[in-house]
Amino acid sequence: MEGTNCEYESYLAFKELGTSPEYVHIKELEKGKKKIDDYHCIFLPGGFSAGDYIRAGAIFAARLKANLLRELKKFVENGYVMAGICNGFQILIEMGFLPALNGISDEPEACLATNDSCRFECRPTLIRHEKSECKITRNIPYGKISMIPVAHAEGKIVFKDEEYAEEVNEKQVVFRYVDDKGNLAGYPWNPNGSYGNIAGICNDEGNILGMMPHPERAFHEWQQPDWKSNDGKEIFEGIVKYIEEKW
Amino acid sequence: MLRARIEIKLKKGVVDPEGKNIVKALHLLHFNEVKEAGVAKVIELLLDEEDVDRAKERAEEMCKKLLANPVINEYSISIEHVH
Repeated sequence: MEGTNCEYESYLAFKELGTSPEYVHIKELEKGKKKIDDYHCIFLPGGFSAGDYIRAGAIFAARLKANLLRELKKFVENGYVMAGICNGFQILIEMGFLPALNGISDEPEACLATNDSCRFECRPTLIRHEKSECKITRNIPYGKISMIPVAHAEGKIVFKDEEYAEEVNEKQVVFRYVDDKGNLAGYPWNPNGSYGNIAGICNDEGNILGMMPHPERAFHEWQQPDWKSNDGKEIFEGIVKYIEEKW
Repeated sequence: MLRARIEIKLKKGVVDPEGKNIVKALHLLHFNEVKEAGVAKVIELLLDEEDVDRAKERAEEMCKKLLANPVINEYSISIEHVH
């Protein structure tokens, strides 16, 4: 929708992996011009949908819930993939599709709140792949550290209560911010002050992924400051591999 | 017509980085008596409605569906007549 701005890189990433991605505007779904059932993956790209007004992702989430909730629930129940990057992650949280510790919730059970630094953090981060239920990152070795950039002002994950936070932290964390030795560390390694250094989580079934860092900005070596790594590519490859194997 | 005034703020215990920055900036301007700052958002809605109870109920629904996130926010609603 208006304000989304990472769709081009995301589209190209899927295209380069030999799939047939399509841009789908929320209005096309609302008006029935395109159907959710025609796809294997819904990828919510980053940006500032609806100007980030109210809270980042809140308006996009409210529109999806108001018009497409039943179809989207069915889509993920059938095992298809939903992934949200940055603003896409904020949307999935606001919709209650993540963390979804006990299934999709009517109200948000977490929030991506303002960074502790109160700044827009826009730079590379190091994230460690954690063992979780996530089915779409299984191609990435557990413990691997990837360099993927963040660009957000609201990325600090908080949960509705401590017990809930601990359970998500134990089962559903896919990526954590780490330092150059692979250890959990505070700012600036953790760019936003997220609980448990969480950078990305999945749902209880492992087919919905949300993460703040932007893999589409680390798809090619030339997008990275070291001109060497292209760690973001693995995340797209994981989605494609999961879909190819399942369907 | 009625006007709903909805104040949305962070729950107690939720870190308020904007508030902290305001305190810091005010101290730099020598307002050293400032000990704490809390940032809230006010949304005013003009409603085509005459029933105060119904207006409040609808505003409450708006908060739940869009305007507030129950994990970090609390809100208060006041309704007044507009002449």
